[in-house]
Amino acid sequence: MSELMPVILALTILIGGVAGAAVLTWFERRLLGVWQDRYGPNRLGPFGIGQVAADMIKLLFKDDWVPPFADRLVFIFAPTAIVVAMMMGFAVVPFAPGMMIIDVNIGLLFFLGMTSLAVYSVLLGGLASNNKYALLGGLRSAAQMVSYEVFMGLSLIGVVMMSGSFSLVDIVEAQTDVWFCFSQILGLIVFIIAGIAESHRLPFDLPEAEHELTAGFHTEYGGMKFAMFMLGEYLGLMLISCMIVTLFFGGWHGPMLIGDWLPPFFWFSLKVFVVICFFVLLRAAIPRPRYDQLMSLGWKVMLPITLVNIIVTGAVLLWMEGVA
Amino acid sequence: MLSELRTMWEVLKHTFTKAETVQYPEEMPYLSPRYRGRIVLTRDPDGEERCVACNLCAAVCPVDCIALQKDTREDGTWYPEFFRINFSRCIMCGMCEEACPTYAIQLTPDFEMCEYDRQNMVYEKEHLLINGVGKYPDYNFYRVSGMKTATKDKGEALNEARPIDTKSLLP
Repeated sequence: MSELMPVILALTILIGGVAGAAVLTWFERRLLGVWQDRYGPNRLGPFGIGQVAADMIKLLFKDDWVPPFADRLVFIFAPTAIVVAMMMGFAVVPFAPGMMIIDVNIGLLFFLGMTSLAVYSVLLGGLASNNKYALLGGLRSAAQMVSYEVFMGLSLIGVVMMSGSFSLVDIVEAQTDVWFCFSQILGLIVFIIAGIAESHRLPFDLPEAEHELTAGFHTEYGGMKFAMFMLGEYLGLMLISCMIVTLFFGGWHGPMLIGDWLPPFFWFSLKVFVVICFFVLLRAAIPRPRYDQLMSLGWKVMLPITLVNIIVTGAVLLWMEGVA
Repeated sequence: MLSELRTMWEVLKHTFTKAETVQYPEEMPYLSPRYRGRIVLTRDPDGEERCVACNLCAAVCPVDCIALQKDTREDGTWYPEFFRINFSRCIMCGMCEEACPTYAIQLTPDFEMCEYDRQNMVYEKEHLLINGVGKYPDYNFYRVSGMKTATKDKGEALNEARPIDTKSLLP
């Protein structure tokens, strides 16, 4: 049974992830509708949930076309890379005590590595399309993701220092009493911003930027290959939300003062849901920055903040050790 | 940074506002009486066609979607032999209504004119004519104009002075 558990869980995550991403496309549109004083898709089925099925059918029956000028092999490979990388990232997410596929002692590094691999998808997709818009989108994503990768990793150093482990289970256990979102508030802010940039969602969807680059890196993509990019993006959104909850909001623990009187998985999903809603709110509210603004925000604001966070966290930890 | 937070707060407040959307087929939107939709040809209070086939609407139409042919009745009044509007071209600009000297051509707040067949977008006079006076209930062109018809001579129209005999010196 114990050997079978990770397999069952992996299949559940695979199916649940894809279904969740599909439902998320509908949920996001409805939520954006609420905040923009309109309804969003509300025609098909109860609350319009049938829109998900309609979109799936439409995408599945589209012509699976590869442009003659594209680099065929890379063009087909690129969309799969992002889905595979994001799915792999879910392997280390601790949904509840014992409810995770692998508890590796470098879980955090594994997650960072997997999200970095997603860059290849966007970059190769942009290059293989052999289209100037796609190329510009690919270039932007390369620069954006590589630079935001830097302080995405650095922003988590504070969490690692406080919990003393790269294992995500240890990090969650270390938050039993106090969540890290208070002591690591700077790290949290930087991680959220870097996480949006990493999953290239609005307002940091510069690789896509439909106003300037038609559709950016996936200009030439259609049908299921386009759906794979979208799936990867929504999986990335869910993965980042899961990680924010795990690293800063106490993972499966119930809120402080209220306590753990509900199943751990419930608390985890509830928190992930709230974080996803927050990401949708960001999309609804914040306009897309210019490309140079994005870069200068990253290197001139985010990087110093993370470095200050690391120094202060280290100093406080050393001081408390000295006191104790 | 502060303005971004404020923006997010303002957007979040919209959670509790009602959607502006009018769910169209179930719920009809309010259209002003002056809305420019389907074009109709109206009749005067006596039930006769108002259109005098002056061609001003066809001349002013920016997309040339109006075609008509003048004909004369036995009593000397003019009317269009045929009157055709191609609604697949019409842009509902309302300039024909402004140009019309007899209030015959009028735009109505009806926009549900979809057809599966493009040919059905061409409306003939029988489709355009309505049994009503439209926006001007009391107006009858031939009663106020100076034109001589079988039933009235020059100078007999409403508010019209007698014609001046230009060849006489008498006042």
